[in-house]
Parts: sequence; C-alpha cells; structure tokens
Amino acid sequence: MQAVAALQDPVRRALYEFVAAQGRAVGRNEAAEAAGVQRTLAAFHLDKLVEAGLLESGFKRLGERTGPGSGRPAKVYTRARTEHVVSVPARDYRTLALVLAEAVEALGGEERAEQAARAAGRKAAAGGPPALEEALRERGYEPYHDDEGGLRLRNCPFHVVAEESPLLACSVNLALCQGLLEGLGERGVTARLAPRPGECCVAFSKNNES
Amino acid sequence: MHLAQLNIAHMRAPKDSPELADFIALLEPINKIADNAPGFVWRLKGGDAPTDTVVHEYGDHLLINFSVWESREALWNFTYRSEHLPVLRRRREWFHHIAEPYSVMWWIPEGTIPGLDEGMSRLARLRERGPSPEAFTFRDFHEAPAPSLG
Repeated sequence: MQAVAALQDPVRRALYEFVAAQGRAVGRNEAAEAAGVQRTLAAFHLDKLVEAGLLESGFKRLGERTGPGSGRPAKVYTRARTEHVVSVPARDYRTLALVLAEAVEALGGEERAEQAARAAGRKAAAGGPPALEEALRERGYEPYHDDEGGLRLRNCPFHVVAEESPLLACSVNLALCQGLLEGLGERGVTARLAPRPGECCVAFSKNNES
Repeated sequence: MHLAQLNIAHMRAPKDSPELADFIALLEPINKIADNAPGFVWRLKGGDAPTDTVVHEYGDHLLINFSVWESREALWNFTYRSEHLPVLRRRREWFHHIAEPYSVMWWIPEGTIPGLDEGMSRLARLRERGPSPEAFTFRDFHEAPAPSLG
C-alpha cells in the first residue's frame, strides 16, 4: 500500500514514470528536467521513491570523461524489479496462476492455453483503445521503439509466472499479443518471440510490403 | 563453481526423417548462439559437423543436450531470453511430451568436465527422489555450495 501511496504526488509520479520509461540508470538532473522541477525537489522525491521500494539507486559516472578529474560518481536511479500488487479486498491470482501454469505444463496443454490466450487478446482489443501502442500501454507492456524501426516491450506483465514457467508464459503472451493484433485489425504488423534479458519476450515489426 | 545441465528429448521420428528436418536445420544457428552466449563454458558435441548430435547408448529416439555454464543466469538467458526460445516453443513438432523431469542441473568444480553417464544418473536421481542439491531444476533451484576452507 505504501508503495502505491508514494505515487499519489504528481511530481513523484512523473519522476517514476520517466525513470521507468528510460530502461537505464537516470541521473537527478535529467529526471528533474523531464519532470520540469528543480533538481533539489527531484532529488527529494527520487529518494522517497527509493524508500518506498519503487526505485533503486546507485552511483555511476555520467560524463564521458573517466579517470582523475572526471568528478565523483553521480547518484542514479532505476526502476526496482520487485513488483507491488494492491488488491482490496485481498485477492491472490498469483498463486492460482502458478498452480495452473504447472498443471498445463504437466498435461502438455500449451497449445490449448495459447488458443485461449489468443481469444483473450481479441476480446481485450474490442474493449480497449484502437491504436496498438495505446492498447499495449494500457495492458502494462510499456512499449518503446527500437533502433530497427520495431516496437519492443520494456515490461513483462506476467513476470512472476514467466520466472516459474517461462516457456508457457512467453508462448501465452505471444498468443495474447497476436490476438490483440487480430482484434485491432492490424494486418500490417507481426508479433514474434524475440526475447532479451530483462525485457518482455514479444516484439512487433511491420510486415515487408511486397 | 560451474553449473552443469543435461536435458533429454524424445524424438517423434528418426533424426534423418523429414519430420525432424526443420529441427536439424536449426542446430547450427542455435548451437552458435549457445557457444557465443555470455557465461557459456562447454557443451558435449557429437562430432565436427554442425548437425552432429550427442552420441550415446540410451536409445536412438533420445536426443541429449549436455552443457556447462558459469551461472544460473547465464543458462537462463540462453534458454529463455535468446533466439533459443522460439525454437523451444516449437518442440512439440519434433519431440514427444515427457511427463517426468527431462532436465537436470548440478554444480561442478570449475575446470572439470562431467561424464554423460553421470548426467544421466543425476536425471534418474531427480526422477526418483525429487529435487536436491545434487540434482535440481530451474524451478527448484539450489545455490552453489559455499567454498570450503583449505
């Protein structure tokens, strides 16, 4: 609860969202500039976010220069890997998901799970925003554009299950994204598995027009 | 300590059959990814050709992978966070579902190379007695034992 309460302040929330969206260590100056506040105020809120467990801090040399004369390392912030779930009244979908994932794997029912996920993706598209990026953002994926003109996802919304049953979680996630594309009528875009350490396993690319 | 990992797969058809052709064609690129992966130490090769699979005496239908890694993270990132994952996802096209554990890990001293027979007996141990520090899985992982003094 405390972690969520920490995000109530609009400045703090803006700082958190900025740091999370960068996917790398962010310095105080940069964060202050992005949130449009003074450096000291930004520093205060960034440290509050660390206290609440939402960000992690460390020290890093930010300039190009290294060695003597490059100054002492600056305090930097990254998004904490720990997740915070708030549910009132208490619900425990996590345990249920882990149990069901193990059962699907034991039964070899991955294909059936993918079908269900695809249908769920189509359904989600019908009730959400019409643009792909918005739809992904709304579902917690944190999309961003990579250097090769593709769309990648910074956050895995199924992280806990993906740690225990990675193959199933990633396959279901891909099917969900494919369903989402179908539901949105996005025929020019393909979702595929393109995993990287620390990111979501799904990436989107434009189909080659022939 | 280094992490040794062995896994087996039960092929749906002989290695040289059309059913397995896609898989055999993927061996070279996937092995290349493994060999160049951060934290990769060693893998058992069946021969010099990129499509040579591990030679063994446990039955022609079994495909065996046997490798050594610097850490859990290194093996995890290759298995689930590289181009190996899309191949893994297609496994049912080529391999039967195995209802018991088909993958086992254990810690080995750095610089040593375990034998295939040892790997197979660790898998048997996992199947018979469940996960332990001597034979475990990603899901029931055991950290490396603390280094002994002297």
